Amino acid sequence: MIQVENLHKKFSKNQVLTGLDLNIQEGGIFAILGPNGSGKTTLIKIILGMVIADKGTVSVFGKHIKNKWKYRQEIEYLPQIANFPGNLRVKELIRMIKDLRQQPCEEKRLIELFGLQPFMDKKLATLSGGTKQKVNIVLAFMFNSPLIILDEPTTGLDPAALISLKELIQKEKQEGKTILITSHIMQFVEEVADEIVYLLEGKIYFKGGISELMEKTAQTNFEHAIAAIATKKSNA
Amino acid sequence: MLKILKYSFYDLMRSRWSYVYFLFYLALGFVLLFLNNDVSKAVITLMNIIIVLVPLIGTIFGVMYYYDSKEFTELLLAQPIKRSSIFLGQYLGVACSLTLSLVLGLGIPFLLYGLFKSNVIFDFSLLLVTGAFLTLIFTAIAFNIALSNENKIKGFGYAVLAWLFLAVVYDGLFLMSLIVFEEYPLDSFSLAATMFNPIDLSRTLILLKLDISALLGYTGAVFKEFFGTNTGLIISILMLLLWTVLPIGRLAYKAKRKDF
Repeated sequence: MIQVENLHKKFSKNQVLTGLDLNIQEGGIFAILGPNGSGKTTLIKIILGMVIADKGTVSVFGKHIKNKWKYRQEIEYLPQIANFPGNLRVKELIRMIKDLRQQPCEEKRLIELFGLQPFMDKKLATLSGGTKQKVNIVLAFMFNSPLIILDEPTTGLDPAALISLKELIQKEKQEGKTILITSHIMQFVEEVADEIVYLLEGKIYFKGGISELMEKTAQTNFEHAIAAIATKKSNA
Repeated sequence: MLKILKYSFYDLMRSRWSYVYFLFYLALGFVLLFLNNDVSKAVITLMNIIIVLVPLIGTIFGVMYYYDSKEFTELLLAQPIKRSSIFLGQYLGVACSLTLSLVLGLGIPFLLYGLFKSNVIFDFSLLLVTGAFLTLIFTAIAFNIALSNENKIKGFGYAVLAWLFLAVVYDGLFLMSLIVFEEYPLDSFSLAATMFNPIDLSRTLILLKLDISALLGYTGAVFKEFFGTNTGLIISILMLLLWTVLPIGRLAYKAKRKDF
């Protein structure tokens, strides 16, 4: 579904990705992990075409994405920081995105699921961080696309919303969708992810199942296994 | 692109500033016409205001809107929309709403005054056309500057400097060069120098249409010979078009390569 070859990206002097190769097949939940600043968001934004790679190729659904935009019709994206135009109402924002995408849409169920009905007529600038994130999630899940990319979806969510989110992700997975997630909450990753992609120093350091990772690092706890990768590398 | 334009346009139409700008021109038009009682004179006064104010407002609105809608832009970038459509749509949204404020704000009082009966209708339309061009040009320049500067303060500063340079400093340099090189024939130099500044170009264009070029002395005669003819008028309009197209082209080019 996604093929990334020899990807390089530099932000002024900061080399973020150094020859990253990645192949993500169809179906399942993939967690992209890595320490802060390891290039998780950059990788996601390159796949989305928001950041332009210096070198390397990215194909989504078997086609090169360079200078293309139509392929984004098949992708739903949840950005890391929910930045919305503050003077719009929640209702207007949802209507606008629907109008822009012109795809079948099931926002009503999601709005109910996250209890957003009382906020529909409020301006986005007046919402709390968690509520904004809920709106963000509704926007990301309301279309029926085969590829879903979630950048830190758990930020600011209360436990009830977090449970709803997990159910939502599982439901999408059962429909055969491919889901990419980045998160720093290891408990969440352990619960939902089928496969781990660990980014370190601009490359894929590890790709495989959670049990494989525990074997490799000789740890019994997932969180410690992830932490072990980073420390082992820096000690070496 | 049209959808983005629509949203940007509505967004601006809902904001107070578009109305303030519109009401300002409306008031200006009424005051000048009904206190002056002379349409030609009103056109000249208006020109002096428009030539400086329109670029300034275009610059400031352009920069402000770009930085203000950053979140909106980021949201759009993840949607299946072409990049150039996003930025051109936003640009045209700002430029069109400003132009509309200008044309309606000035047009209404002039229409009420009975513009169609007077013979300055052509001068007045030229004034509005150059005003529209100046809005398009300076909004495009402002968008370019904002796109190239992540830092708001810097972007704002550069944009205001660009306006200051074209509106004030350029004329000073131009005049100084005329004085320094006064022993040489400067006709083609001054013609070219005028062409390279959209504000000067618009001013000259209107002044010469108003038939007051006698005030300008010998150079005025040369200018009259050039701008007064149809060829001159067409070349000037083409030059203004070029001034519009070039920054828009750069905007589309830069937008394609930027990281968000």
